[in-house]
Amino acid sequence: MYEIVGKKVLSPSVKLIEVKASLIAQKAKAGQFIILRINENGERIPLTIADYNSKKGTITIIFMEVGKTTKQLGKMNIGDKILNFVGPLGVPSEIEKYGTAVCIGGGVGIAPLYPIIRALKHKENYVISILGARNKKLLMLEKEIDEISDELHICTDDGSKGQKGFVSDILQKLIDEKKKINVVWAIGPVIMMKVVANLTLKYDIKTIVSLNPIMIDGTGMCGGCRVSVGGKTKFACVDGPEFNGHLVDFDNLILRNRRFICQEEESCKIKED
Amino acid sequence: MAVRKTKYEMPEQTPQERIKNFNEVPYGYSKHVAVEEAKRCLQCKNKPCMNGCPVEIDIPGFISCIAQREFDKAAEVIKAKSNLPAICGRVCPYESQCEGECTLKKIGEPVGIGRLERFIADYERNKGVKIPKKAKVTGKKIAIIGSGPAGLTCAGDLVKMGHNVVVFEALHDPGGVLIYGIPEFRLPKEIVKAEVNYITKLGVKIQYDVVVGKTITIDELTKEFDAIFIGTGAGLPNWLNIPGENLDGVYSANEFLTRVNMMKAYKFPEYDTPVKIGKVVATFGAGNVAIDCARTSLRLGAEKSYILYRRTEAEMPARIEEIHHAKEEGVIFHLLTNPIRFIGNEKGFLTEVECLKMKLAELDESGRRRPVPIVGSEFKIKIDTALVAIGQSPNPLIPNTMKGLKVGKHGNIETDDNGRTNIPGIFAGGDIATGAATVILAMGAGKKAAKAIDEYVSRDRNTVE
Repeated sequence: MYEIVGKKVLSPSVKLIEVKASLIAQKAKAGQFIILRINENGERIPLTIADYNSKKGTITIIFMEVGKTTKQLGKMNIGDKILNFVGPLGVPSEIEKYGTAVCIGGGVGIAPLYPIIRALKHKENYVISILGARNKKLLMLEKEIDEISDELHICTDDGSKGQKGFVSDILQKLIDEKKKINVVWAIGPVIMMKVVANLTLKYDIKTIVSLNPIMIDGTGMCGGCRVSVGGKTKFACVDGPEFNGHLVDFDNLILRNRRFICQEEESCKIKED
Repeated sequence: MAVRKTKYEMPEQTPQERIKNFNEVPYGYSKHVAVEEAKRCLQCKNKPCMNGCPVEIDIPGFISCIAQREFDKAAEVIKAKSNLPAICGRVCPYESQCEGECTLKKIGEPVGIGRLERFIADYERNKGVKIPKKAKVTGKKIAIIGSGPAGLTCAGDLVKMGHNVVVFEALHDPGGVLIYGIPEFRLPKEIVKAEVNYITKLGVKIQYDVVVGKTITIDELTKEFDAIFIGTGAGLPNWLNIPGENLDGVYSANEFLTRVNMMKAYKFPEYDTPVKIGKVVATFGAGNVAIDCARTSLRLGAEKSYILYRRTEAEMPARIEEIHHAKEEGVIFHLLTNPIRFIGNEKGFLTEVECLKMKLAELDESGRRRPVPIVGSEFKIKIDTALVAIGQSPNPLIPNTMKGLKVGKHGNIETDDNGRTNIPGIFAGGDIATGAATVILAMGAGKKAAKAIDEYVSRDRNTVE
């Protein structure tokens, strides 16, 4: 059992929890994820690690309440225990001294971006962060990321904070301003990552995306998380979750992530009744 | 008195009844029938049946106990060699092992050794399992990676020798393939739990949610433990590598069975994990896993469950009993049929599979006739779900995260006959070493490795002290 030792409500549907998991906290690196199962009847879901503290032995995750498990998780409080919590899974981000790195986070994708920005700064990169959300309320970690970034740009779909528009508009502007960009990290909704990758492909800028397909075991056993990368089938759990954005078949990923949408609705409905 | 030529029947659920539930198909022998079946055994002096048993159970010994109605003693004889008899008695391919060597085969059917083993294991479990006395504590610590049949067997044997044994399991339940792979109707999970419970009562500790190579590394384990056994199985699914394989509705057998068995998707929405199969399911492959998929599909409500196989029934690797059960339940076999692409709709869901008719040509390296396509024989079958059950490869997680471990060309960890890898103190066995095989072979490997580990840590002690 893994105890929740910290909780923050970032917006009505976005929560942060800090979970006591000493072994994982010793090993966790930017870009990795965990899989959790709340109780005996629960499903296993992957969540990217938003932060880790090896001294305290804790892992922080930030999630949006979109399905059965995340809604249930959102209702849990400090002192509650999660039945299973496994990790750190996946390959860590390849953190090097690239030069200038543009880190783009959309929605809850901002959460896993935070440790990556920190690691990139640690390697003395010049980090330009671009954060996007549907509206001001859904924008998270602005202050934290501002503190560790060299530049911060913000946009919202409705213009309630920062520039009105999309993260790709800001990236385009940076490119137009002839900023030398050595690498782009894009984490967020699949469609956002697709748009960013299409844009950077035109300018031949190395782009890394972090994928979030449906998973079960997280150890390469089931293949449920398979994605097509450069025409080859890869498992996001063991080969990823980060991949070269220019090679990912995002359209297939969007379809594969919808495969249980009807069952998800059914499951949510029943538990709420 | 003439010996009865056929095995006593084991009563089972009718096909019509059982495709509506996930309960176990056979009910097992009654005491009376078990005794009668045991009396068929000729008690051959040379014990040919034992040559076929990877865990060396004294088969005539336990059968003779049953014939004398000494069931507790029979259990002791089995338990002297096997820690998991209720599992073996259900999933072992006895027809090609112990029963395959039985002298009675010369005049008829062999003794129902599998059924008798199952009877005794169930008898003992229902009565309350006796925990044997432990050997003197040795003070040696051994780490077992993976709680599948190889790991559990190895752990059970080592703890009985007096060692301190810790099993590290990546998933949330113990049993490996016994839990995620083999369906409830063939191996009830309560039985796996009971057998694992026996192992833990012997003193084995199991730590869940630990992915060795990620949560903790082998190098770290070597600092704390005197020896390590790797039994991480053949977890990596093989694919057909044809167009459309990433469409929604195409599952690996592993994903499908894990959802249904381990995550209990057959009880959705009581359990949160869903599975969706539609009306027509096609399973590709013809091993035991494929048959499990096809039979599971019927129980989930599929109107039609097909097996598509590129060779003929004679080449099917599945156990005869499984094929027989599948046919009884209405699984339809499309033989000499090879898929060439999956076709989907605009929403990305699978709708059809295009196949080629095959014919058998000359023998290939596996000793089976090689299937070759018949030119121009393309045809399509409408399906909602495709289950790819064409085998698994060794799980690469540990070989990939450990330096210096010798790995074969199929990704299997190389070992000698006793499970020794190229690194002293590190042992491996089961599917991770052999590639996908059977539960009993994995158990046999776990057993041999346990002996070799005991020798290794004892020798170590002799030199140190």
